[in-house]
Amino acid sequence: MSTLHPDTEVLTTRERIVLNVYLVSTLVLFILLMVFGLIMRLAQSTWIALSPNLFYQMMTAHGAGMVGTVGLASSAVMWFFLRKYVRLSLAIFVTNFVFFMLGAGLLLAATFIGHYGGAWTFLYPLPVHSLGVWSIGAAAVFMLGYLVIGVGFLLFYLDAMLAIIRVYGNLGRGLGLQWLFGGTIDKSHPTTVVASTMVIIVNSLGILGGAVVLVMGLVNAYASNFVLNALFAKNLIYFFGHVFINISIYMAVIAVYELLPRYTNRPWGISRPFLWAWTASTVMVLTVYPHHLLMDFVMPRWMLITGQVVSYASGLPVFLVTAYGALTNIFQSGIRWRIPAMLLILSMFGWAAGIVPAIIDGTISVNRVMHNTMWVPGHFHFYLMLGVLPMLLAFMYHLIGERADHPDSGGDRLGFAVYLVGGLTFVGMFLAGGHASEPRRYAVHLAQWLPYDRVASIGAVLVIAAMLLFTTRICRGLLHAPSASHPLPDR
Amino acid sequence: MILQDKVWLLTLVGLGGVTAVFLYVISQATRQADASRVQAQSYAIRRWFFLVLVAAGLVAIVATLLPFPIPDQHAASGAAQIVKVTGHQWAWEVSPGPIKAGVPVEFDVTSADVNHGFAIYDDSGRLLAQTQAMPGVTNRLVHTFTKPGKYRVMCLEYCGLAHHTMVVDLDVTETTEGQP
Repeated sequence: MSTLHPDTEVLTTRERIVLNVYLVSTLVLFILLMVFGLIMRLAQSTWIALSPNLFYQMMTAHGAGMVGTVGLASSAVMWFFLRKYVRLSLAIFVTNFVFFMLGAGLLLAATFIGHYGGAWTFLYPLPVHSLGVWSIGAAAVFMLGYLVIGVGFLLFYLDAMLAIIRVYGNLGRGLGLQWLFGGTIDKSHPTTVVASTMVIIVNSLGILGGAVVLVMGLVNAYASNFVLNALFAKNLIYFFGHVFINISIYMAVIAVYELLPRYTNRPWGISRPFLWAWTASTVMVLTVYPHHLLMDFVMPRWMLITGQVVSYASGLPVFLVTAYGALTNIFQSGIRWRIPAMLLILSMFGWAAGIVPAIIDGTISVNRVMHNTMWVPGHFHFYLMLGVLPMLLAFMYHLIGERADHPDSGGDRLGFAVYLVGGLTFVGMFLAGGHASEPRRYAVHLAQWLPYDRVASIGAVLVIAAMLLFTTRICRGLLHAPSASHPLPDR
Repeated sequence: MILQDKVWLLTLVGLGGVTAVFLYVISQATRQADASRVQAQSYAIRRWFFLVLVAAGLVAIVATLLPFPIPDQHAASGAAQIVKVTGHQWAWEVSPGPIKAGVPVEFDVTSADVNHGFAIYDDSGRLLAQTQAMPGVTNRLVHTFTKPGKYRVMCLEYCGLAHHTMVVDLDVTETTEGQP
């Protein structure tokens, strides 16, 4: 077997089936949710007619669905690589998937049967105050869906946490804290374990924060004398939301650390700056969320300043360690430009470039004219569509490279080009719209915003076309009969 | 240059810089050199890059936070004009009375039901300033209109079915000589 696909990563038959189910489901969900996004942009373009009611339901499903699906797909990346170093439970990995699908079913039912359109952020008290557009029951089912999904993820993290503690003694050692200030670093300590430990710590707390506000919201839904403080609820919601979506990036980036060195044939191990970066990110992902509340002027001033300063600081690990490390890894490496490698570098570009407008928007005085304009979906689509999704696609293409004789075709490369052009066009129009003060989350747009919406729609069509091609190729590859050395007997 | 244009320019420069670095590295990727030499050179450059980014960040923090861009919420702003604003699903209630250009206006913004976003747009469709309208909370926004005319308040926090219709006009008049 080539070094691209080491024996330590061989899947048993059961593992292969479970991973296939994960990946095929997430790809199908991505396309469905992208189509929702396209429909919204077409409606804003006035190219199709869509009632505001249905628009906001789709917006809710798109947001909640994308955040969850990115999380689910990223957890598959983490599971795949982490199981090489610690013993993870396949049953719990399956449980996470089952809980996710149950939760997703509840979210879709709440949205399209119950007409819930309170956005994925479920900002209190909107879920229970729709002026008759949806029922309390629909809002409750939506929040219950989140809770079910959260339980699945929490089980997955608890299993991974115990597994890391069993091997490394405690989470601090998994994160590599023992080498922060000195000592000889054990270069064989896996980057995946460092990243996974950070993810486990941060997202367990994030999900618990979300659970608190969801349970309070559910109680309030049926006991209206139990009133929440709207500002406190908002803090918890953005803490949870920010952490959850960001952690998806940190799970997916494990694919970059693991795979890129194989395509460049150069090592990329841990170092002191790497450990500092991940330790700092652990703290920063937990503390940066007030940058979502910069326009809540009554927030304590120190929290708003924290939001801005930590927003700036969080760019350092991304720029200086992950993106810079990836560029160093490929520079004059004689890399084999196969599709996974191309997607990995695209992902680094998307992440590094996407945080530029994000960091600028983390400035209080800038936020005053950019908050809740199209600038915001502009930057997060940048690093999700051109950052995280390519990480996930690279992982999937890498996997099918193991199972197919000729993983790359001209079609894949064309798909890559179409995805890149479509993606840049799509996010570029969000940013241009934000520059022109175009509000986000509007079902109906003024005439002056239509050019951005229309060009963005064309970009979205290109992205979906490329995703359809990727999905077809990956699904065929995943279902391809495993090669002679596969599968291992079930462990 | 208005703030949005500065932000746009800075973003384009930043994106251009990131793109240029990536394109350069990609153009060099298929050549081969000794990995340890590349790493040593690259990490030496990184130390300088780190210092440059930290210095730029510190300058930006000082430049944008001093003076603090949000008025003190616990003390009187001293603005000569005070306008009470309440967000409702789906309309704005703005206290009556003329708003004068050239004089600071304090908007005391709250909500009667759910979260809204109080955003002031000029007649060219540019967003000038905003704050959140929240139930149980009053956010105090101070803004000085530089010229008289018709301004528009739009909702920038999603608040349900008719969120996009939540618009009201603000008339800002000329300041009378000698009178705020």
